Order: sequence, then C-alpha cells, then structure tokens
Amino acid sequence: MLVASAGNVLVWMVWIVAAFACLGSGVAVVSFSNPFYSALALIGNLGSLAVLYLLLNAEFVAAAQVLVYAGAVMVMFLFVIAYIGPRSESPWAGGPSWQAVGAVLAAGALLVEIVVVIGLEAGGQLAHSKHVGATFGTPAYIGRLFLTDHLLAFEITSIVLLVAAIGGVILGAHSRRSAADEVPSL
Amino acid sequence: MIALLGPEIAWYLSVAAFLFATGALGVLLRRNPLIVLLSLEIMLNGGNLALIGFSRNLGDGGGQIFALTVMAVAASEVVVGLGLVVALNRKRITLDVDRLNTLRG
Repeated sequence: MLVASAGNVLVWMVWIVAAFACLGSGVAVVSFSNPFYSALALIGNLGSLAVLYLLLNAEFVAAAQVLVYAGAVMVMFLFVIAYIGPRSESPWAGGPSWQAVGAVLAAGALLVEIVVVIGLEAGGQLAHSKHVGATFGTPAYIGRLFLTDHLLAFEITSIVLLVAAIGGVILGAHSRRSAADEVPSL
Repeated sequence: MIALLGPEIAWYLSVAAFLFATGALGVLLRRNPLIVLLSLEIMLNGGNLALIGFSRNLGDGGGQIFALTVMAVAASEVVVGLGLVVALNRKRITLDVDRLNTLRG
C-alpha cells in the first residue's frame, strides 16, 4: 500500500511537470514572433506530450510521437523555416484589432464548449479508469490491433500518405517548371 | 492488471481542451502560414491526448489506433502545407494568410 501511494505521488509529480511544460510551450508557440522559436517550442510541446502518453500506458504512441513528430515533421519544419529565411511578424503590435478580439473570444468559446460537453457526456465514467493488461499499448498489442480489428484504418492511412507524397511532388515540380518557363521571357 | 496511477483522466482531458483552444487561438490570430501550421499541430495533438486518455479510461486500444492515424494525417498535412509555403515563397508572394485570398496560378 505504501509502495503504491509512493508511486502515485511520483506519477503526480511527473504529470504536473509534463502538463505545465506542455501548456507553457503551447502558449509559447502561439506567442513567439519568430517562427523558428515557435518550432523549437513545439518540439518541447511534443516531447512533454509523449511523457503524458507514457503515463497513460501508451508506450508505442509515445515512441511514434517522438520519432515521427518531434523527429521527422519538426526537422522538415525547421528546414523550411531556414529555407524561407527569418521573417518576424509582430502579432501584438498596434493594440488589439477586432480580429484579435474575435479570435480570443472564439478560442475561449471552444474551450468552454469542450469542457461542458465532456463534463456532461462523460462526467460519470471519468472518476474510475479500468484496469488494463500488462501488454496494453505495447508495439505487439498495437500491431495486432492494426492488422486484425483496424485493418481498414491501416489501409486508409497508407493511401493518405501516398496521396500526400504525390501532392508534395506535384507542388514542388509545378513551381520548378513554371520558374523554368519564366526564364526565356526575362 | 495495471491500475491508473496519478491523476484521473479528467485532468488529462482538461489539458487536451486547453491545448486545443490554444491551437485554435493561434490559427485564428496569427498571419504567418508557418505559425498557423504549427498551431494546427497543437490542435491535432490536443485531440490525440483526448483520444489516448479515453482509450486508457475505457481500456480499449482503438483510441491509440485512431491517434496513430491522426499522426499520419498530420504528417501528410504538413507535407502539403509546407509545399504550398515553399511554392508561394518561390513566386515571391507575401506570406500573410490575410492576403492569400486566391489560389489561382
């Protein structure tokens, strides 16, 4: 019993650090004027989210989060930001515009709606979570689910990735061809 | 069998709701398309955290499968979004989502 409560306190401490790092870096992404710093803050956000996933027994998703998001996707983001060059925007200059006020109101309304809907619909079930087996969230468990119960999701994901790859190639090739077309007219 | 240690799922869900609202604020407020894409990632991750929280609460792995699918969709969206940003930059168009009101040419 003593061991269990000590583990509980430890998990609470890790949760508090990870959750506040997550929220703080999320606010930082939105408020930094330089996109490079925003992307770096998003890496921190994704890392602390991976810690939260680990606390929820989702080991494979946490590993995929670090590899795919904080690794591959963010490297692509940083590459494009470095390619485009630093261009800062000052979102908070010139006082609040009607757009900014509307954006804050809309985001606040979304937050209230989500909290109210989740509280109404799931308030009774949230107090006690089910016990799960020791294999819950392991790569073997996820792989078995993907290839048996959720095979359609797996196939649709592959098609989505293929379409995105083709779209990326077309976007890149199109702008290169039009640039080549413009050369003779110069 | 493993019990859930630490905070209950409601705490995770409140973090997820706050992340989603933060991302929505960024999408609505910022004008640089790169930061709009980054804020969109925050929104998707808020959704992912809620999915994984409910998956743990109900003891059902379907939520984790959905979260992995969302991750693949987010990666695809980043590819297309960054491709558009690079194409705009090559055509020397100002990177400001308030001025990008047509997709011709």
